[in-house]
Amino acid sequence: MPEGILCNKTPIKTDEQLKLTLSDSRGTKYYAEMLELEVDSDALWALIQKTMKSRTKTWFEICAHCGLCANSCFLYQVNGRIPQQVPSYKIQSTLGEIVKKKGKVTNEFMRHCMDVAWSQCTCCNRCGMYCPHGIDMGVMFGYLRGLLYSQGFVPWELKIGSGMHRVYRAQMDVTTEDWVETCEWMAEETEEEWPGLEIPVDKQNADIMYTCNAREPKHYPEDVAEAAILFHVAGENWTVPSEGWEQTSLSMFAGDWECCKDNVQNVYDAIERLNPKRATGTECGHAHRATVIEGPYWTGRPDGLPPVPYIHYVEWLAEALRTGKLKIDPAKRIKEPVTLQDSCNYVRNQGLKDVTREIISYIVEPGYFVEMSPTKEHNYCCGGGGGFNGIGMYREQRNVALRTKMNQIIDTGCKLVIAPCHNCWDAIRDLEEEYEIGIRWSFLKPLIIGMLDVPEHMLPKDEE
Amino acid sequence: MYDFLTGPMLWLTFAVSFGGLLVRIVLYIKGLDQQLDRVAYRAHMGYGLKGAFNSIISFLNPVGARLWRIRPGFTLMFFVFHIGIVVTPIFLIAHNVMLQENLGISLPALPTCVADILTWAAVVAGLLLTLRRVAFPEVRILTTGYDYLMMVITLAPFVTGLLARYGIGDYQFWLTAHIITGEIWLLSLPFTKLSHVVLFFMSRAQLGMDYGIKRGGMKGSSLSW
Ligand code: SF4
Ligand code: SF4
Ligand code: SF4
Repeated sequence: MPEGILCNKTPIKTDEQLKLTLSDSRGTKYYAEMLELEVDSDALWALIQKTMKSRTKTWFEICAHCGLCANSCFLYQVNGRIPQQVPSYKIQSTLGEIVKKKGKVTNEFMRHCMDVAWSQCTCCNRCGMYCPHGIDMGVMFGYLRGLLYSQGFVPWELKIGSGMHRVYRAQMDVTTEDWVETCEWMAEETEEEWPGLEIPVDKQNADIMYTCNAREPKHYPEDVAEAAILFHVAGENWTVPSEGWEQTSLSMFAGDWECCKDNVQNVYDAIERLNPKRATGTECGHAHRATVIEGPYWTGRPDGLPPVPYIHYVEWLAEALRTGKLKIDPAKRIKEPVTLQDSCNYVRNQGLKDVTREIISYIVEPGYFVEMSPTKEHNYCCGGGGGFNGIGMYREQRNVALRTKMNQIIDTGCKLVIAPCHNCWDAIRDLEEEYEIGIRWSFLKPLIIGMLDVPEHMLPKDEE
Repeated sequence: MYDFLTGPMLWLTFAVSFGGLLVRIVLYIKGLDQQLDRVAYRAHMGYGLKGAFNSIISFLNPVGARLWRIRPGFTLMFFVFHIGIVVTPIFLIAHNVMLQENLGISLPALPTCVADILTWAAVVAGLLLTLRRVAFPEVRILTTGYDYLMMVITLAPFVTGLLARYGIGDYQFWLTAHIITGEIWLLSLPFTKLSHVVLFFMSRAQLGMDYGIKRGGMKGSSLSW
């Protein structure tokens, strides 16, 4: 059987196919079909020749096989330092072999590559900082994932994830109507407590356009409400687009580059349509990476920048606190040891290490903030990045991976962890569930709302 | 024989070696692709160059990058090896005499004892680096015959040079062997992994530009490698 009904080289493009794949519980049938999936060596080699240029080629050629990257990888460290987890080995024994064999590899080998690409690398890009030659295995694994995806060798959840993005332009089945309704519903609910609060949809020429992670309207609508409260208190002239509001990209984790482009374009179209001065996303790392850092390239923008300045939520928050648009009541500041998770996707990948600490300086009583070690751009992945969190087949490996963050957190002695990244937040929740070390974790939004010094006129009448 | 090796053959070797390395640099730059690499090289050249410079300097400096600082033992071996290999041949007095005779130019020459120490240090460091390949599982798994061959090609001119220098055995033989292995080494530069003599700078610069332009440089935070 060259291609299966569920497992094949064609991306999920229709609702029927999506539902069909979803109904295959845990991907049992999908993975069974994968055993028979044929590798199209010619197509694979053609794709490599077209896309593998200086950077990757040189990286393979000059890798000194020195093993200095070994310790940089948290997965190597946490898996008993087995040599199979050395970053350079992981990429040479997978992508390296495919290239050497000019694409003539077996089904079994491709499945092995899939295991390595999705369960032995989270594309956290840390190794790139520790290789003398500047070889970034995270980038190479991203590339490998693209090749594997094009041949149908991709974990079930991510095939579905990118299918969701293709069909709904969101990582979950949230339609435009669902989204707009959620906004209206949240605005109504929140307005009771915050008179005058609005969630303006499709407002033209606002100062800031807000985009989010589809999991928020789907499972945590209070997050949308919290964003609204903070914009409201800050007096922002803001809006959300009815279309192009979802900025995450499971397709990036899946290696479905065509889909990535389509999704980002959808967000950029919303910007063109509504003409906001700036845009900001929610507290999510990979969404920011997809829409702001990589997205401009997917859509072919020559300056590598989004159509308008597009900041991460922590940048907006730091600015609002700095300029006094949001005021913290000093009595309500955090007075317990607290630590901060630096998300690879906007810290190592966009340098936003100082703004988060600036926020900390406003909300934590001096002396209570404890850095993890290592920290900032040298911080380790939470353990669930790059799609790892969501893949059932690799749950066990993911749980092992969580131990790095667990140990880092335990070493700080803190019981509270601030995690301004959705995926890191999930990973930390899972690590508490799995290892029960007795910690709490939080996004910034709820923390800040709890400490706001709200002007009198904004409070509901009966509380005055 | 000697005249041929130090005459036409030497010039051919230089031409192929340096010409080849130049070609590698040019091809590298031509193969960079803004869309595929996802780095706007042209649009933000200033940020890019700043990032490239930061990236290169951090790794040329033995205490510049965190990588070097957290592994002092390896770092020492690594720098001794590379400094010995790069500095000695260029500034060795005997090489200078040859340059003087052929081209009429000369570079400042190293005092003989310094050159001796550097050469010995490079050879010892090279051997230790090789031992490391065998000793540590994380390096062993990466190492292939090719890596050992590279080390042999690299160390051969130094070992033969030392043998000639101390007159162990037949001086003329070791001198000829030194020249031949030296030429093999030079000829290997553009065609093997040794191309990293220039591609190191290119690759470092590329990742530096990536960080300088896209991954934080434009946010005003300079990366501490
Ligand atoms: S540190 Fe760099 S050069 Fe050394 S083995 Fe790892 S990838 Fe290769
Ligand atoms: S990108 Fe991260 S997870 Fe992947 S090999 Fe490098 S350090 Fe390990
Ligand atoms: S989930 Fe967070 S820490 Fe993990 S890779 Fe993504 S951004 Fe990094």
